[in-house]
Amino acid sequence: MSETIVIAEIVKGAVHSTTAELITAAQALGSQPVVIVPCTDAGTADGASEMSGASRIIAAKSDVFANYDAAGWAAAIDAVAPSGVIVASASPQSKDLAARIAARRGISVVQDVVKIDGHNLTSPIYSGKAMQTVALSGDAVLTVRPNVFDAAPSGGSTEISVVDTTGDMATAVQEFMARASSRLDVAEANIIISGGRGMGSPDNFVHLESIADTLGAAVGASRAAVDTWESIPHSMQVGQTGKTVNPNLYIAVGISGAIQHLAGMRSSKYIVAINKDADAPIFQHADYGIVATWEEALPVLQSTLSSMMA
Amino acid sequence: MSNIIVLVKQVPDTNARIVLSGDRVDLSAVKKVMSPYDEFAVETALQHREANGGEVTAITVGDAGADKVLKDAKAIGVDHIVRIDSSESLDSNALQTVLASVVKSMNANVVYCGKSAADTGAGSTGPGLAERLGWASVSNSISVSFGEQLSVITPSAGGNARYNVPLPAVVSCDKGDMKVRKPNVKGIMQAKRAKVDVQTVDAPASTVSVVSHSMPPAKPAGKSYEGGAAAAEVAQLLRDEANVI
Ligand SMILES: Cc1cc2nc3c(=O)[nH]c(=O)nc-3n(C[C@H](O)[C@H](O)[C@H](O)COP(=O)(O)OP(=O)(O)OC[C@H]3O[C@@H](n4cnc5c(N)ncnc54)[C@H](O)[C@@H]3O)c2cc1C
Repeated sequence: MSETIVIAEIVKGAVHSTTAELITAAQALGSQPVVIVPCTDAGTADGASEMSGASRIIAAKSDVFANYDAAGWAAAIDAVAPSGVIVASASPQSKDLAARIAARRGISVVQDVVKIDGHNLTSPIYSGKAMQTVALSGDAVLTVRPNVFDAAPSGGSTEISVVDTTGDMATAVQEFMARASSRLDVAEANIIISGGRGMGSPDNFVHLESIADTLGAAVGASRAAVDTWESIPHSMQVGQTGKTVNPNLYIAVGISGAIQHLAGMRSSKYIVAINKDADAPIFQHADYGIVATWEEALPVLQSTLSSMMA
Repeated sequence: MSNIIVLVKQVPDTNARIVLSGDRVDLSAVKKVMSPYDEFAVETALQHREANGGEVTAITVGDAGADKVLKDAKAIGVDHIVRIDSSESLDSNALQTVLASVVKSMNANVVYCGKSAADTGAGSTGPGLAERLGWASVSNSISVSFGEQLSVITPSAGGNARYNVPLPAVVSCDKGDMKVRKPNVKGIMQAKRAKVDVQTVDAPASTVSVVSHSMPPAKPAGKSYEGGAAAAEVAQLLRDEANVI
């Protein structure tokens, strides 16, 4: 019988907690998965061993995994992964890797899965305006959206076997350009607070930044904010032509909720909207909607959060 | 002289309302446009041509209705337009197989595409095609400089990374700081007259088939509040009800 394989999500050289969600997703396909941890040092795999529900863990050890290269990673993972359905995270890097591994094996890839029902997989299409369910009739590689499946409980102690592997790197990193600010990027954050044109001026983003610092959140922006104000970089833009995010919490401030903005954030687990216009479309998607100006609401939010976090 | 390829896809206008007819989306009343990220890919391909010389060929896969997206690319400035004829829905394996066979036959140096198509949002085509060709690839590029090799910047944990990318390669393009050029009158006239080179390629059978489409599950109506003071209660609920902070 062919196995189900999870590729552990690696962020800055460590196993990311999303991996526990991938294990749950893989179990929904019918079996205890084997978890592959791409690493340069087998100790990295310890981070996966306490996640319960895996049948075994392969620490796939190679210098290739020091920096991301799609070709090298795909080859090195393909070499150690058994045949079967492969599950990875729907992060930008892992979607890229998933596509390469699928192509390498001559099988198909299904991205951004949010529901698994036997061999039927559901993903959002048209930026979340509709859902598509497909049926698999063979092995495939799938990526699963974060914050959708429950995390497999901790408390496991799955056995790790270390396997050396390698692959030909096709590209080489020349340099890393660290972000000037130490704040998280929207693509990496579990909480995001975003500002739109309603913030009135880029200077007012300091109010969002200080709440972000209290929460350990990233600051995002609408396209109107990015296009209007030079000091708001495109890297902050959420939406159709910006980043697609799936945080646990998304706070939209002075953002109307245009369809292209929704495209990037509607699958957030919880959405808070602060907008002075009660008819703003963003409120139809908010779990908590506050009809108020940000000038009124943000100081209250800031002081409450500060005392809660203290 | 570079032989540059850009992949373009026709998708529903991103402003369009999507409706169902039975258990399938009904796009009959929806305007079709070039997928927005493909505009960045076309722009990058044209910049590559300006830097290194050569010719740009735009390729799409679809039926005759998809010729429009090729004409749009032609109007912006590509040299040649190719449609791989297909009226079925192809899974990623089938799609990439036909693309790889056509790209191979063209002796190309580089392929640009959008970071994902606005309809599926998948982003599989660029890296999948590269793997099938045995080429390098970088996805989600926000800046490309052209030389013997490409120098490509992409987001990476904690900032951006600059990659040295030997050719041949596939690069999928995000917006970055790019301004895309618009078609001019001459381009539009040329596009009208341009002939689409239609190619047929056998596709392997798809193993992923669409079962149904549906509307996204309706979100239960949220709680709504008037006045900024409510932010205090919402903060409490985020902790005690939603458990997200
Ligand atoms: C092809 C295409 C791609 C696009 N891609 C994106 C994308 O990636 N991301 C994106 O965001 N948009 C995108 N857009 C643009 C999108 O259509 C909207 O124009 C944009 O999202 C609007 O941004 P906004 O909500 O900040 O501004 P507006 O729509 O102007 O909304 C401002 C809001 O602020 C509120 N407001 C004003 N003052 C205050 C105050 N003092 N306190 C509280 N609220 C206040 C107003 O009531 C209003 O709702 C795209 C458009 C197209 C055509």
